[in-house]
Amino acid sequence: MKRIALALALATTLSAHAVEYTQVQPDKSAINFVYKQMNVAVDGRFKRFSSQLNFDPAKPTAAKTSFDVELASVDTGAQEGDDEVAGKPWFNTKVFPTAKFVSTGVKALGGNKYEVTGQLNIKGKTQDVVVPATFTAQGKNGIFEGSFTIRRADFSIGEGSWAKFDIVANDVLVKFRITATSK
Amino acid sequence: MTNHYTSTAKALHWLMAILLFGLLALGFYMHDLPLSPEKLQLYSWHKWAGVTAFLLVLVRLGWRITHIPPALPASMPKLMQLAAHAGHLALYGLMLAIPLSGWLMSSAKGFQTVWFGILPIPDLLGKNKELGDLLQTIHMSLNLLFVATLVGHIGAALKHHFIDKDDILTRMLPQHSKEN
Repeated sequence: MKRIALALALATTLSAHAVEYTQVQPDKSAINFVYKQMNVAVDGRFKRFSSQLNFDPAKPTAAKTSFDVELASVDTGAQEGDDEVAGKPWFNTKVFPTAKFVSTGVKALGGNKYEVTGQLNIKGKTQDVVVPATFTAQGKNGIFEGSFTIRRADFSIGEGSWAKFDIVANDVLVKFRITATSK
Repeated sequence: MTNHYTSTAKALHWLMAILLFGLLALGFYMHDLPLSPEKLQLYSWHKWAGVTAFLLVLVRLGWRITHIPPALPASMPKLMQLAAHAGHLALYGLMLAIPLSGWLMSSAKGFQTVWFGILPIPDLLGKNKELGDLLQTIHMSLNLLFVATLVGHIGAALKHHFIDKDDILTRMLPQHSKEN
């Protein structure tokens, strides 16, 4: 019993000194996506997003994060693609300029693996998502990486003539690499 | 000895004629379309047909290397014979260069070519917007040059048939048993 108490006390002291990663570095962070167009993988990215993050490796379950992605900053690789995707059938950025992710919980899966649950809101629709992520400390930087798949139809992304999945698949893989520093 | 091309050569010639006219028409039609699922579909078909055409050109070159084509009529002036050879060389060169430029353009624009949606053709170039736009201009220019060369090719074939009245056109046509 004594030993456990000691370990707890020690853990508390250690965590008090532990680093908490809070400052997201936009220039060292990226949100990309991959989708299939007639069975061919095509990738794109979002150029602008902001993020709040609090992550202490010693207290992962207390971690919190949120993202605001500026949907008009989409880069599909072609200007006509960017214009199309900003339009009404896709993101409808005039009415819904941002996609928002807010975490609701973090589970440590052992090693450097974590599972972040949260709510993703795009185009006025909210879905629960589970995001597997890894954390790597690099000096003062903490790097968070992961990917998860969303179904564009769940968010009405690609309506009308695009609603079928024969040309543009339903599944979209979202990949992220976020660099945050401790204060 | 017959002065006709072999059946293989004729089959390849006319198969490619149909395919290339289809590719040209599709290419000029699709690039101005507003973005739609149909446009993406047409682009994929164009790319699949382009890869097919490229492979057929390789088969034709294989035939051409292993066979001596029928000689040009002796009545043709030397300069004209030279022009004919130069014209054919240009056609072969363009038939190779055009699909290659299309493939490289697709890679640079970030849309990999996957033959019939099954066989991925490796990307030789990474995604690069400027390079993609440059290759688009090259692909377009080569095609305009190809159309001009085709006008010369078809014009020359018709001149041989109707004005010179030689066998240049007919020796590429399917043979009728009666003629031989």
